[in-house]
Amino acid sequence: MSQSWLRLRSQSAEVMTRWSSLSEESAPIRVLAFIGSLMFSLLRSGRDIFETVAQMLLFFAESVAWFFRPPVRFGEFSRQLDFVGAQSVMLIVLTGGFTGMVSALQGYIGMSKYGAQSMVGATVALALTRELGPVITALMVVGRVGSAMTAELGSMRNTQQIDALESMAVNSIQYLVVPRIFASTVVMPILALIFSLAGMIGAYVISTQYLGVDAGTFMSGVQYYLDPDDVSHGAVKAVVFGLITSLVACYKGYYATGGARGVGIATTRSVVLSSVLVLISDYVMTNLMFHRT
Amino acid sequence: MIRLDKVYKKYGDQNVLDGISLEINTGSVTTVIGKSGGGKSVLIRHMIGLEQPDSGEIYIEEKNIVKMKATELNTMRRRFGVLFQDAALFDSLSVEDNVAFPVREHLKLSEHEIADRVEAKLSEVGMNQHKHKFPGELSGGMKKRVGLARALALDPDIVFFDEPTSGLDPITKGLIYRLIADTHKQRLSTYVLVSHDIRGVLQISDEVMMLFNGKISAKGSPEEVLNTTDPAIKQFITGSADGPIPIE
Repeated sequence: MSQSWLRLRSQSAEVMTRWSSLSEESAPIRVLAFIGSLMFSLLRSGRDIFETVAQMLLFFAESVAWFFRPPVRFGEFSRQLDFVGAQSVMLIVLTGGFTGMVSALQGYIGMSKYGAQSMVGATVALALTRELGPVITALMVVGRVGSAMTAELGSMRNTQQIDALESMAVNSIQYLVVPRIFASTVVMPILALIFSLAGMIGAYVISTQYLGVDAGTFMSGVQYYLDPDDVSHGAVKAVVFGLITSLVACYKGYYATGGARGVGIATTRSVVLSSVLVLISDYVMTNLMFHRT
Repeated sequence: MIRLDKVYKKYGDQNVLDGISLEINTGSVTTVIGKSGGGKSVLIRHMIGLEQPDSGEIYIEEKNIVKMKATELNTMRRRFGVLFQDAALFDSLSVEDNVAFPVREHLKLSEHEIADRVEAKLSEVGMNQHKHKFPGELSGGMKKRVGLARALALDPDIVFFDEPTSGLDPITKGLIYRLIADTHKQRLSTYVLVSHDIRGVLQISDEVMMLFNGKISAKGSPEEVLNTTDPAIKQFITGSADGPIPIE
């Protein structure tokens, strides 16, 4: 997207240069020419964005097709499950714990104004399972795993390792991309659940040991207000986030060009785009899942 | 036999391959020479099927790879070995796992048989003692030797070499050429090299072709090339700034 923005800026500068060369007597024409050029630039940028989205969808379709074709690459799947999942657990537990603690603290401070501090358990539980768990987990995974995927695949592209795979009659999308997307999609809801559990433990400890909330009150609030649907909807969100983050990361890395600089640019764009898409899709899914008209 | 028939490829405004037609005989060592950036790597990528021409046909053993589906092309590629310019070894795999990779993918052998095969290929290139190392621990010449062992792992019918000696010192270059010549003698494979190292390739090639301005401008045996009156080849051999090949 930033390439489209840079192109728009340079085209606008070009337009301004041409505009200033027109004579003053033709001012209405100059205005029309300027508006026309800007619209044309916007259309071209829109076309670029559309092309990127279309290419990414084709990339995803090819990945899905190769998922069902032999051979099944258990070794690569295992390696990615370990990298995306097992090696992320400590990070998720840490971030989840502190997120729960600060949620409890802020929730207590806010609800104390209305004498509703006994609701802190339920509030934190709902926030964690519905939103904070899936979203913050996804953003952590984007930063740790997504960037690594883009950088690794980008480096492989630029050192011809992907060409070497293809020349050895190994489909590079099946070997490199499918295990990454599969692992991320499977592991993300598990990580989100771990985040939420760690958050609840952190919230419980802070609430009962520091803020003076009764333990029974805390837990009864959680049990009364937390539905299985809240957990399952959060898990569905996490699955979608896993798919988005891995698809964007793999796409950006697989097609990265321009040496080390190009890989760096691709990695940055991968993280930014994944993060933005996580937040946008979160809004869409929240509206569909939780909004009651 | 490998045959290209009026192959065109354009990048932007540049005609990189401008109607190339050539034939490479089975079992020969054929080298395509040309200046840096002249399209040699693009040519070899087309022969491997990594790129599609804008128009034209490419035949490997009378089968047109341009019109092949992905599965057919992959079946054809099992008969290829490729040594890329920087060897393109897989960073996450050791030397022995790199060489074993195509064997594990395509041959139904036990791990013991795979290990024996890998040891044989690495011994051919003198890299057996480094089999547990990773590519990051190897020099450029060592990577090329491992890359050559991997390219030969399936005993391919056709081996492609993309600038096999680029970036190497003269002694290591000589070693690589010797390995190419020795391994070719033991096989009936067709070797296709692209290189700008004219002196080195003349020693091992059966036929040399000059890629100039997107076309094969001249071809012949090494002796014919050395004694040629073609101005582009003469300029290329002497390394002179004067001649039809522009300095960019």
